[in-house]
Amino acid sequence: MRFFDNKNVNQQMPQKEAQMQMLKWIWSVGVNVLSRIWNTVKTFFSLHYCPSRVAKVLLAIVPFVLLLGTYIHFSNKRHEENPRDKILPTISQMYEQVKIYVVETDKRTDKNLFVDDTLASLKRLLIGVSIASVLSLIWGLSMGIYPWVRSTWMPFVTFVSIIPPLAILPIIFIGLGVEELGKISLIVLGITFLMTRDLKIAVENIPREQIVKALTLGASSWAIVYRIIFPQVMPRFIEMIRVYLSPAWLFLIAAEAIASKNGLAYRIFLSRRYLNMSLIIPIVFWITSIGFLMNFILKKILDWKYRWYVDIKNG
Amino acid sequence: MSAAREENHVIYCLDMVKAYGANVVLDDIDFKVSRGEFVTVVGPSGCGKSTMLRLILGQERHTSGTMLIDGREIYHPDVTRGIVFQRYSLFPHLTAMENVMIGKLFTATCLELLGSMETSRDEAMYYLKKVGLEDDAKKKPHQLSGGQQQRVAIAQALIMKPEILMMDEPYGALDPYTREDLQMFILEVWEETGMTIFFVTHDLEEAVFLGSRVVAFSQYYSDGRHGLKHGARIVSDYDLGRSIKSTEVKKSPAFSDLIHRIRHESFEPKFCQSVKAFNQTHPDSFMTLTEEQGAVAAEVVESI
Repeated sequence: MRFFDNKNVNQQMPQKEAQMQMLKWIWSVGVNVLSRIWNTVKTFFSLHYCPSRVAKVLLAIVPFVLLLGTYIHFSNKRHEENPRDKILPTISQMYEQVKIYVVETDKRTDKNLFVDDTLASLKRLLIGVSIASVLSLIWGLSMGIYPWVRSTWMPFVTFVSIIPPLAILPIIFIGLGVEELGKISLIVLGITFLMTRDLKIAVENIPREQIVKALTLGASSWAIVYRIIFPQVMPRFIEMIRVYLSPAWLFLIAAEAIASKNGLAYRIFLSRRYLNMSLIIPIVFWITSIGFLMNFILKKILDWKYRWYVDIKNG
Repeated sequence: MSAAREENHVIYCLDMVKAYGANVVLDDIDFKVSRGEFVTVVGPSGCGKSTMLRLILGQERHTSGTMLIDGREIYHPDVTRGIVFQRYSLFPHLTAMENVMIGKLFTATCLELLGSMETSRDEAMYYLKKVGLEDDAKKKPHQLSGGQQQRVAIAQALIMKPEILMMDEPYGALDPYTREDLQMFILEVWEETGMTIFFVTHDLEEAVFLGSRVVAFSQYYSDGRHGLKHGARIVSDYDLGRSIKSTEVKKSPAFSDLIHRIRHESFEPKFCQSVKAFNQTHPDSFMTLTEEQGAVAAEVVESI
């Protein structure tokens, strides 16, 4: 019976058969493609996804494009309603303001305000961070090394580092004045204690074996400090400065916002009075660029001078 | 004991106890080591063999009893006792060369430092050659393999010509081939320098192969003090002779017999020997018991 049936079908409908096979083929290709796409999507959102170099760059660009796109969209919308809108200025509006700020000299003070502000802010920031670094280095190292220093100062440093520095800003300004001393002091007080605490931990993280080994090689206490501990803490210290530059900026901006005659943050807060967003946004961008550059330089120093540390950290 | 014999013992402990608060780690240790001995120390985890090493090193102080190194009390680690740890022996920020040389720089006076940089460098190079790493002198420790790192660490200790070379599970992290390689190496060093080596390991085979004397610590023994937590003692102490063995010996039945015996005596929690029955065949081994301990122990032995 079967034999007969098959024979009949073959003879009668060769065309239909071909169509069926075609459909089957299209179906299987479709299923294949879809399942591949589905798998790719599934992998992409899973924790097994390994982005290629190109994919990494593309993914990294996404948030920036989103931010810029959103801004331009809303800026355009506001400018359609009111061409003189100041809240979300267009690129050309910003360009106008930046040109005045960067290129022209101020008539009243006969200075280039951009250069003057940048140098003033950088001076405060760098002096503040330098003083904090030296203080915390000496203090943190001694705390990590000498038990009596640790016992004397650790509870104090822990306690003081919890005080929000901005809360004592009025005290600093009343006590030390609103001039450079007050501003730099705020930065120093803001980060020194935290850096000291971190440095002490960095010293303690050096394996005990290293100290014992140095002693069996005849090292004096002083030699252990400057030949073993100091060189090993240095790279961690540089990383620490990278981290604490952010709070240092915070305190600088706070100090300049409240009482100052120049500085990048002073300019921002001055512009705020006139709702001059066209200048505020570029200055924020400029501050970010400076911060980015500092971070980059410190990273390069680490790569160049402390290769062993970077290599060990990266495994 | 005569003074002359005493002088010949680099390590001498009598009734030594080490306790952390109420927790007794080492209980009434009697132990002495002759000059030039290769002592390997084994024992179950937590039996205090590393504590013993730290005491000899001077990193910690014993709680009571006597402990003399070269006939004197010690309070801190110093140049008479070199150390090779399992990890962290090398300074990560220095090259292999600088790591070996640094001991010379530490001990040089200011005047010497001006003149002797070259001599120190030559001496460091001599030791690096000896450990077969003259080509890697400029590498930092993280660029060396585990075995190479330990070789540099040994060279680093040797350059100070210590009385005792202490080693705390130095080969614990190495693969079997490198391990055997370094075992032969340390035996060569021992033969050449004739120094005393105190080698802590948890590998019984390594201990029996390397040691001229194998000392087993254990907290599993009975001295009649039921219900009391007691610290570890030396439960067996074998004299294996000072001749250098070839690796072939590891295959011999006598070798594996000894390993099994030590494992039984020291590592088995259920096997609690009486203090009187300890297998202490080494001529240097001795044990003093308090009258009370002795009496109770004797009873235990009789009852068995």
